[in-house]
Amino acid sequence: MSGAVRPYGERAALVDVDSAVQAAALADWARAACRAAGVRAEEIVPAARTVLFDGVDVGRLVEVLEGWRRRSATVAGAFVEVPVVFDGPDLAEVAAHWGVAQQQVVARLTSYELVSAFCGFAPGFAYLAGLPEELAVPRLETPRQRVEPGSVALAGEWCGIYPSASPGGWRIVGHTDVTLWDVERDPPALLGPGTRVVLRAC
Amino acid sequence: MLSAALTVLRTGPQVLVQDRGRVGYAHLGVPRAGVLDAPAAALANRLVGNPPDAAVLEVLLGALEIRTEAPCWVAVTGARVPLAVAGTAAAHTQAVRLPAGASLALGTPDDGMRSYLAVAGGIDVAPVLGSRSTDTLAGVGPAPVAVGDVLPVGVASGVPAALDTPRPPRSDPVRVLPGPHRDWFDADVRARLAATPWTVGAASDRVGLRLQGEPLPRNDGELPSEGMVLGAIQVPPDGQPVVLLADHGPTGGYPVAGVVHPDDLWQLAQLRPGERVILHRPADRPAAATR
Repeated sequence: MSGAVRPYGERAALVDVDSAVQAAALADWARAACRAAGVRAEEIVPAARTVLFDGVDVGRLVEVLEGWRRRSATVAGAFVEVPVVFDGPDLAEVAAHWGVAQQQVVARLTSYELVSAFCGFAPGFAYLAGLPEELAVPRLETPRQRVEPGSVALAGEWCGIYPSASPGGWRIVGHTDVTLWDVERDPPALLGPGTRVVLRAC
Repeated sequence: MLSAALTVLRTGPQVLVQDRGRVGYAHLGVPRAGVLDAPAAALANRLVGNPPDAAVLEVLLGALEIRTEAPCWVAVTGARVPLAVAGTAAAHTQAVRLPAGASLALGTPDDGMRSYLAVAGGIDVAPVLGSRSTDTLAGVGPAPVAVGDVLPVGVASGVPAALDTPRPPRSDPVRVLPGPHRDWFDADVRARLAATPWTVGAASDRVGLRLQGEPLPRNDGELPSEGMVLGAIQVPPDGQPVVLLADHGPTGGYPVAGVVHPDDLWQLAQLRPGERVILHRPADRPAAATR
């Protein structure tokens, strides 16, 4: 077992893990393990340092989690290549923050395999992990009133792509035309937790 | 035979299609939504012979008027509103037969917030991700009900109930169970929640019930984003708690001081801004009882 199981009301528990990628890996594993053990969990929600199990018999959940072994920070989800036009309004500022030319920003962002650690903020908005710590950028001082769908943006060590129009404080480096959220699709989120993601310049 | 449909003639502040909510998509960022006063909605469905997962109309502060072209059974529960069928008074919390072409008008409640209108066969709008509920936070599901809408009604499958057990009046304290963040609060945080007289804030909505009162002390800092449950009592830095209701975001960044007992959540659905909320800390179960 990686971390403590903390009861949360009567029918939920939070499990602590070391990282967001660990959370995605545990959630992915637990979904299959609960199904195999016949333990129903209405929701399994990975986040930055925890996995929430909601609508579950906590005693039986603890038994299932005995089988979890912490593993290296890798996930084995689907692989998605996202074509990106790097023309975002904050590209120059990100380049200045990193102390490199704008082409170098593109070269770096397209050189990592990212992983969708968890979704939040809006349906289908994935927190993509995998950028090194030294590339962290602060959020905007003043969030934009409206960010267009498909905007590819950075905040802290995270990369994210806005699935729908919304206000937003992340630094926009480009945009993509792929559909990130579609309720007619199964699953509706293109970048659900555990998905491996590479940005491709186009 | 005409298929039943409800034509919306008038609405109050908010009318929403709701069922028991959208389960299984929290990890993709989708709020559950669903009726706020679940026992009242379940009662309305039982009265008209519907299964418990049929969609109903959640009517905030009454003032809804609908018309049906085909005869149908309806029932209104939850916040008590005067009812009129084609201008004649009809009973609350009882199955009522609407003749073809008749209108049903809801007045405004003197007490409570949300009434539930069930129709035999259920509101049959197209489900989205397995539910007909409108989620007001992320906009998943049908749009809010508006004047001129024609709401399809499903095929009635059951028999209307002559009467059903009314629930007890709203007077019980709201029980608070332990939350997951004991290190963020004093050891007696639930006792503190229970000892503080709280008032319902005006900004309360389906996302959260805002409590106003003596600020609840908590540690400084930011909680890394984590999964949230229905009824979680989040405490932002200003110490004014927010009880998460059906449309809450699946993840949140404020520590949780406790969780409202699921059986008591319906009471919160009926509280008006300015009303008092009494929270109660039930005695902890003895260790032997949890094995």
